[in-house]
Amino acid sequence: MESFKILKGKTAPLDMIDVDTDQIIPKQFLKKIERTGFGVHLFHDWRYLDDEGDILNQDFVLNSPRYKGAKILVTGENFGCGSSREHAPWALFDYGFKCIISPSFADIFFNNCRKNGILAVVLKKEEVEYLFDEIESNEGYQLTVDLPKQVVSTPNGKNFSFEVDSFAKNCLLKGLDDIGWTLQYKEKIKDFEKKVVTQKPWLFLEK
Amino acid sequence: MFEKIWDSHLVIEKDGNSIVYIDRHLVHEVTSPQAFEGLRLSGRKVMHPELTFAVPDHNIPTIDQNKPINDPISALQVETLRKNCRDFEITLFDLGDDRSGIVHVMGPEQGLTIPGSTIVCGDSHTATHGAFGSLAFGIGTSEVEHVLATQTLQQKKPKTMLIEVNGFLSHDVTPKDIILAIIGKIGTSGGRGYVIEYSGEAIESMSMEGRMTLCNMTIEAGARAGMIAPDEKTFEYLKNRPFAPKGESFRKALISWKQLSSDNDAKFDNTVKLNAVDVLPQVTWGTNPGMVTDINGRVPDPSNIVNSIERSSVEKALKYMGLKPNVPIKEIKIDRVFIGSCTNSRIEDLRSVAEYVKGKRVSKDVLAMIVPGSGIIKRQAEDEGLDKIFISAGFDWRQPGCSMCLAMNDDVLNPGERCASTSNRNFEGRQGKGSRTHLVSPLMAAAAAIAGHFVDPRLN
Ligand code: SF4
Repeated sequence: MESFKILKGKTAPLDMIDVDTDQIIPKQFLKKIERTGFGVHLFHDWRYLDDEGDILNQDFVLNSPRYKGAKILVTGENFGCGSSREHAPWALFDYGFKCIISPSFADIFFNNCRKNGILAVVLKKEEVEYLFDEIESNEGYQLTVDLPKQVVSTPNGKNFSFEVDSFAKNCLLKGLDDIGWTLQYKEKIKDFEKKVVTQKPWLFLEK
Repeated sequence: MFEKIWDSHLVIEKDGNSIVYIDRHLVHEVTSPQAFEGLRLSGRKVMHPELTFAVPDHNIPTIDQNKPINDPISALQVETLRKNCRDFEITLFDLGDDRSGIVHVMGPEQGLTIPGSTIVCGDSHTATHGAFGSLAFGIGTSEVEHVLATQTLQQKKPKTMLIEVNGFLSHDVTPKDIILAIIGKIGTSGGRGYVIEYSGEAIESMSMEGRMTLCNMTIEAGARAGMIAPDEKTFEYLKNRPFAPKGESFRKALISWKQLSSDNDAKFDNTVKLNAVDVLPQVTWGTNPGMVTDINGRVPDPSNIVNSIERSSVEKALKYMGLKPNVPIKEIKIDRVFIGSCTNSRIEDLRSVAEYVKGKRVSKDVLAMIVPGSGIIKRQAEDEGLDKIFISAGFDWRQPGCSMCLAMNDDVLNPGERCASTSNRNFEGRQGKGSRTHLVSPLMAAAAAIAGHFVDPRLN
């Protein structure tokens, strides 16, 4: 997994609330058996006018040339609600978004972001509103997201701090894979099983 | 109850992160291929293949399941699941096996879902299994890989919410109506960060099927999981299920299961109360399950909404749904009816539909289909003669699977088509591009199929 430290990049707005994972990556694209290549299908039903994805919807904000190559997405409340599909962060990451900023995220989506190297930043509603205004009125708007310091800085010098738990921070900074982290404690897992198998044998099944 | 299960599954706590042991893991064809791919790429093994069970359900056809799947990608996913189960020695209930069906129907039916256990699956409606007093939640594909490799998950401890549903349900008001009313009340993010425990007379009087419907849709309120304390009904349901404990082991388990329910002085981070008698049959009008009213209600009028964000989201929903403000719900005409999904495809659901439609005919303007939740339910319905009632009323009677709940197979609505659906999500495009979904109970779906529009099933 790529590590995340300080990200400076072009910032795109998606001023909508309750954007669900069905919109982020519609279900017709879940049929792949690989992990990559979902970026072209990101926001498919909004981004394209046809099913094949050949005709761009010029009215959709991310299709505007001024947001081309954006690495940071600023969006409204409850982003990533709905289905737990991890294809949503894969698609966002593959498209180029490494950081999503919103007043709130759906639970599973929030965790799925971290597991895939995307930093999901919760800012206050007013701060997000402020960013929408700024992005709107400044072409080529760039934010700097500093994970070690836990601040989002605007070009005009405003700093918005955000919370991130130490575990997530550590994993993102080191690009650490979850399974590796857990397997450090393999012996503990085995001990736990030995204990439970005597107390509650019905929880285990025959091989 | 949540605390008891959590504490008894905690392997370690470190860096503000907890490793929680997972007792049962269910996988299906859509969210698992990349997890197995990940294992292969990193040279890791499945730690406990005997605790993972697989079934194809999301994108399989609901006719001719004995024939090869036409859609090449679905065929590839199902084939990949078969190969992964072979390679990693995981039990698969394959197509054509009576035990196969929707993963959240199959689990309880097979006795894989037992009280006091932790259950996960790469599908958000895993919350269903909480009906048995287990801690059950949906996970993403990386977590599927994590469970396969370690039989554990890294979790943050959620908060707890108690939802008390007091009094008894009125006649012909169903658990589906209760959960829709709850989501309407607390909103689609009202449960965020919580595990919800349901209690109260209405819950105690519900069948296991009804409890599963309730827990199933808990996720639509944004919660991690829903759960209900196990009782005699739970234990009765589990007796003699293939993978449930038997004999002496069952008796021992029973002693432990009886201690699971929350203590009288248990503390919850939040409590919500509801009177069952106040709940009428529900119908959603918008593009999330919280956009709901009852059968006597009307489509909302955005011009009455003060909050501008809320107003615009209602406007957007009405535009997508092709609905005018203030239209009575009863005047909304439908084109299609879908009875199925892990929310409402169990035998009790089918019986309630059969009872209502017996001797009636589906409206000539409506195409209606019924998709049972599993092969076992299909057979049981046929043994009871329900299929004949459905077919002679003009319903299409299909083979089990997720079907039009997410329309990944051929069961898709055409753009603009309006469907009364017993599934759990009415998001834009969920049942096909431009599809318009109204979430309802099986009984309401049956009534709407016959009338061609929504009606109060209690009066007809
Ligand atoms: S029926 Fe629908 S919600 Fe249930 S498991 Fe299948 S796709 Fe998911």
